[in-house]
Amino acid sequence: MKALRFGRVSAVAVVAAGALALSACGSDNGTGSSATATGSATSAGPKVTGTLTGAGSTAQSAAIDAWKQGFTAANPGVTVQYNPVGSGAGRKTFISGAGQFAGSDAAMTSDELTQSNAVCGTDGALDLPVYISPIAVAFNLPGVTTLNLSPDTIAKIFRGTITTWNDPAIAADNSGVSLPSMKITPVHRSDDSGTTQNFTDYLNKAAPSVWTDKSNQTWPASLPGENAKGTSGVVTTVTNTQGAIAYSDDSAVSGSLGKAKVKVGSSWVALSAQGAAKAVELSQPATGRSANDLALNLDRTPTDTSAYPIVLVSYHIVCSTYKDQATVDLVKAWENYVVSDSGQQTAAAAAKSAPLSSALASKAKTAIASIKVKS
Amino acid sequence: MAKTLHETPSVTKGRDVTATQTKTPESPKELREMSSGRGAAGDRIFSGAALAAGVLILVALVAVAVFLVVQALPAFVAPQSQIANGQGFWPYIFPLVVGTVIAAAIALLIATPISIGVALFISHYAPRRLAQILGYVIDLLAAIPSVIFGAWGISFLAPALVPGYTWLSNALGWIPIFAGPPSATGKTLLTASIVLAVMVIPIITSVCREIFLQTPKLHEEAALALGATRWEMIRMTVLPFARPGIISAVMLGLGRALGETMAVALVLSSGPLIASLIRSGNQTIAAEIALNFPEASGLSLNTLIAAGLVLFLFTLAVNILARWVISRHKEFSGAN
Repeated sequence: MKALRFGRVSAVAVVAAGALALSACGSDNGTGSSATATGSATSAGPKVTGTLTGAGSTAQSAAIDAWKQGFTAANPGVTVQYNPVGSGAGRKTFISGAGQFAGSDAAMTSDELTQSNAVCGTDGALDLPVYISPIAVAFNLPGVTTLNLSPDTIAKIFRGTITTWNDPAIAADNSGVSLPSMKITPVHRSDDSGTTQNFTDYLNKAAPSVWTDKSNQTWPASLPGENAKGTSGVVTTVTNTQGAIAYSDDSAVSGSLGKAKVKVGSSWVALSAQGAAKAVELSQPATGRSANDLALNLDRTPTDTSAYPIVLVSYHIVCSTYKDQATVDLVKAWENYVVSDSGQQTAAAAAKSAPLSSALASKAKTAIASIKVKS
Repeated sequence: MAKTLHETPSVTKGRDVTATQTKTPESPKELREMSSGRGAAGDRIFSGAALAAGVLILVALVAVAVFLVVQALPAFVAPQSQIANGQGFWPYIFPLVVGTVIAAAIALLIATPISIGVALFISHYAPRRLAQILGYVIDLLAAIPSVIFGAWGISFLAPALVPGYTWLSNALGWIPIFAGPPSATGKTLLTASIVLAVMVIPIITSVCREIFLQTPKLHEEAALALGATRWEMIRMTVLPFARPGIISAVMLGLGRALGETMAVALVLSSGPLIASLIRSGNQTIAAEIALNFPEASGLSLNTLIAAGLVLFLFTLAVNILARWVISRHKEFSGAN
């Protein structure tokens, strides 16, 4: 959950600018930039109308609020309803046919894909990555703003096997930094969360010898450490506790906390929106799915040193076919806006997400273009 | 005077202590006139409305109970290996019940003496103007939403208590409940209990204050006239008279402490059941539900609702017990 009041104000500004850009692009040029493509999709034909209903991920809710404003500003006849009930419940709602899309921090499982045939036709549902959020490893050490932490070290800290900040394993990677002999207090989420799922997935893949638990949206109960509710709770706790370390959506991490650079290949990579988008772009599509399904096997151990691998990717799940043309147009217009440059910038301003790379955005557009009426 | 003094105990033997009178009732003649004639229709309407209100609360309670039972049923009938990561329901719920009871008990242990003290101060010690202001402040405290208490707990109280916990573990670490190492964040069950205590103080205080004010003036004056000091007067007249009311007030506070969700969810760094109150660990039922409900679906949702059912039944049992205690002490209530 990202509640950023100030972000929302600036989002409105960006939305307004985006709407201007849309109308401008639609008329004058067609050089193929992604904003132009959306512009022509939404403003070339008659404006879409109707009600679009979705449910799912809470991580996306701030971004969806911003998208809603931007989309309905350009299409006044449209109402978008989104119910942040959680990813699993969102997918279930979608499969039951109660909405046109779902927001989910995980792609559909193959079982769910099969079940989705009932409402989506024989080609089933499509997973579209629309929301990328870098996850920071943030710590509270007086005077230290950045640290190099390898995946093994992070895993050991969160498993409680490295207990002080001047542990040789940390010191070895941080020559020149004076590390206090302070006790490390790892802090994790007490509520179920997509952030936890992605962080544990990263540790499981990047430090397999240390992190033996599977990725899960619930933190392994057997591990020591403290916890707090929600992103804001975790950040507050770390901010108030010297020697604490936590993983959190980057958007909520306050300025007083240090952020770790993580080891990619043999170099240290700081968190950045571009790095997060790059890591997602480098990820391989999940196998055994239809050509237009963009579910990803996130690459947690990239070799490209411009990629920051601790990211959360959240999907919009839509049908490959809908029962009538009006719904198809509506869903296409909405999803095209969401993955467009202006849509991604809107989300970045509102929720501090990382905009999709243009390569991934154009793949998403191809997938969206394939949505059609059920035959 | 002697007549009134004689009458008072029989009046206060009634269940509703708050309704006992300090005002003198209107004369019987006056009352008879009011109830005659057109008053009869009003009487029927009023008794009907009162009955409807009484029935409505029962219907609401039954509806909640039915919902809980129906939704919780799958968690009881499903194979226990599928519940709560293979733990099974009872091993899952047991530490939560214990945590809930401990948190509520500590909260009441802290809140009850403070509340009674504050209420006594307002009703019997403070100058009138100060008593009024204090009364307003206490009522204001009751109106603060629990999420604010939670935020206060996590960002102010918890960090402030860390040095205290460190001292406790050094000085009294041999007592299991103060065993170290203490939490570095201060987000412990003791902190949560203190936040709960702050939340229930206004409830207990308000009710107690009202009851203390109901003490028959003549009893108090009689005690003073016999040479009692003010404290002896309170001990001999106010407290015995108010005892069932105090128990009611504490039970009301207990209900809040048992069911409080948000403040505990924010403040407590939950974990498995441990004896130490100053390490992170333990969890309450309400907080467990609040934390996991947003992302729960299927059987895990049923499990959470089953946890809610357990809390519901537990609270019911505690209230029945409290009623029984009050009824046992009823005969003392009139200070006879």
